Amino acid sequence: MEPDTERILLSGDEAVALAARSAGVALGAGYPGTPSTEILEAFSALGGRAEWAPNEKAALEVAIGAAFAGARAIATMKHVGLNVAADPLFTAAYTGVKGGLAVVTADDPGMASSQNEQDNRHYARAAGVPMLEPADSQEAHDFTLAALEISERWGIPVLLRMTTRVCHSKTVVRPRAASGPAMQPHFERDIRGLVMVPAYARPAHRRLRKKLAEIAAWNETSGMNVILPGDASRGIIASGISAMHAREADPGARMLKLGCTHPLPMNAIRDFAASVRRCTVIEEGDPWLAGEIRAAGMTVEAKPEEYRFGELTVNRVRRILRGEPDSAAALPRGNPPQLCPGCPHRVVFETLGRLRCIVAGDIGCYTLGALPPFEAMDTCVCMGASITVGLGMRKVLPAAEAARVVSVTGDSTFMHSGIPGLLEMVYNPPETGHVALILDNGTTAMTGLQEHPGTGRSLAGEPAAAVLPERLAEAMGIERVFVADPVADAAGFERLLRESLDCRKPSVIVVRRPCLLSARKLKAAARRAEEGARSR
Amino acid sequence: MKNVNVVIAGLGGQGVIKASDILADAAFRAGFDVKKSELHGMSQRGGSVSSDVRFGAGILSPMVPEGEADALVALDKDQVAVNRHMLRPGVAPLDPDSLGGAKLPDRKSLNVAMLGLLSAGLEDLPESAWLEALDAAFSGGAAAANREAFRTGRSIGEAIKEKA
Repeated sequence: MEPDTERILLSGDEAVALAARSAGVALGAGYPGTPSTEILEAFSALGGRAEWAPNEKAALEVAIGAAFAGARAIATMKHVGLNVAADPLFTAAYTGVKGGLAVVTADDPGMASSQNEQDNRHYARAAGVPMLEPADSQEAHDFTLAALEISERWGIPVLLRMTTRVCHSKTVVRPRAASGPAMQPHFERDIRGLVMVPAYARPAHRRLRKKLAEIAAWNETSGMNVILPGDASRGIIASGISAMHAREADPGARMLKLGCTHPLPMNAIRDFAASVRRCTVIEEGDPWLAGEIRAAGMTVEAKPEEYRFGELTVNRVRRILRGEPDSAAALPRGNPPQLCPGCPHRVVFETLGRLRCIVAGDIGCYTLGALPPFEAMDTCVCMGASITVGLGMRKVLPAAEAARVVSVTGDSTFMHSGIPGLLEMVYNPPETGHVALILDNGTTAMTGLQEHPGTGRSLAGEPAAAVLPERLAEAMGIERVFVADPVADAAGFERLLRESLDCRKPSVIVVRRPCLLSARKLKAAARRAEEGARSR
Repeated sequence: MKNVNVVIAGLGGQGVIKASDILADAAFRAGFDVKKSELHGMSQRGGSVSSDVRFGAGILSPMVPEGEADALVALDKDQVAVNRHMLRPGVAPLDPDSLGGAKLPDRKSLNVAMLGLLSAGLEDLPESAWLEALDAAFSGGAAAANREAFRTGRSIGEAIKEKA
């Protein structure tokens, strides 16, 4: 790579991947989730070793293992994925790491493709890890390098907090030269440092707070936070994409643009606030920054509550600065997404609707079964919640109603966190039994056709082990396990579903039919491989 | 030069993202600062898709502010109503009807024909940058078909401009 001279147009996700590759990251692990998915795909395309883990907790733990062994690693996930990976994150903050570890969380304010718009800046404070917030692809690149360097310098995982508009916007990047890893991977025994039993965790917590105090002092002059010149009558404090919107909304204001937002450089913020007559915090999501700054004893203006909801835009920031009410709700809405014509999920939801089932759903393309014309899904909470929520309903509903409850999950979601649901079904079965449908279309379709432990292919498309849900169910001792194809035999599928509802025993039906988009992709890949073989 | 804001809109599968990638690449090749933004994910499933492309000397927000788009390119006529508020007052949207029923080599190249139409009005972007971006975006038979679709759209755009 030519340092400083090359100019490339990259998405934020691609910029993270490029930086990770040039910084010698030995392993990238994650679970697909909009808007983070493209990071590992790009990292793999650049020759990096990348893997789709079964879920985000597994991904982060694999990355922590690599970093314990002295290698640089990244773990990537969407905002809700960090909920799944929160357990290892909080204690890895105590153990610290040897090699650099960057944990990428991609938040989705406005919920373009998510079930909530949680603000993951809270995690940096809650877990006690440094946080960097890039505002465009250049910073996504530079802050990935910085995250790995900070991580190695203080031996602490670093949160790289991105948002949809940073991940998916393409902006110009001039790649900078990266320093390589500080060490070659090798394991050095450190039982007191890496085994978090109470006696060793108590001093580890004190070490963590000491590191954070040092990083806070460093951050005062770290260069991650910059003052953009402007009129001292109006001061704006912002970070990430909000800083871009705010600079455009009022280019004449003086701005403190924060890049490292945990631990905050409170002295620099205090000096800035004192240098301007009016100081407004512009931030997307929760009033996190304003809350932290006010808790430190400063007086700053924050956005009104109605701006907590949805993405910020230049127009909305202008309204905040002018003290005007929000009017975004009045904008026209486009067509909602829908299941593809010919999608095998369609038959399933038509059948569930006809049988008047109470459907505990899950996260994937098939969540669109909740929308017209089907309206055949009754709950959707989080990844893996279908089987368990359905079981909970069965346990308290009157028998006639309980017997209509069906859980519906997809293959990738089943691998992610649906398996413990089946264990719950076997171990604590409801009196009326239960019916779990696993819609196996052979891919993680919603996020753009990614592989998973059931597909038989790795992230890079190489052959891999394929775990079959029906074999897992049988191994758990479930007697009624079926595989059905409702496109080939709709009547047979309906008959099987009726029988399963009537028999009052735990039943698993694997509904197997490949995703149409995936079949097309696989055919194209096979053609390319054949052409490649011929030309060799 | 003033920054230029373009919104491209359509339905999932119509090539909105491909079109905005080509426009952003053309502006990038012409040496401008460029930002391009859209939402992926749910919107791929047949729903409304729109993509913002901004280029000029220095771009801040990647999203076109409401009422500041210099052009709206709708690949589906119904998407005009949903996005009209993005346009500057007095600017007419471009939709497939603007091509006046011109015959395209392939229906799939409607997005590129619309880019040709758009290109006639974007005087800061030289044709050579467009052609380079098209060549980078397509290979084989698709390359020739899309070049032709682009030229068809561009000549219609130029005829409209002359009339005005």
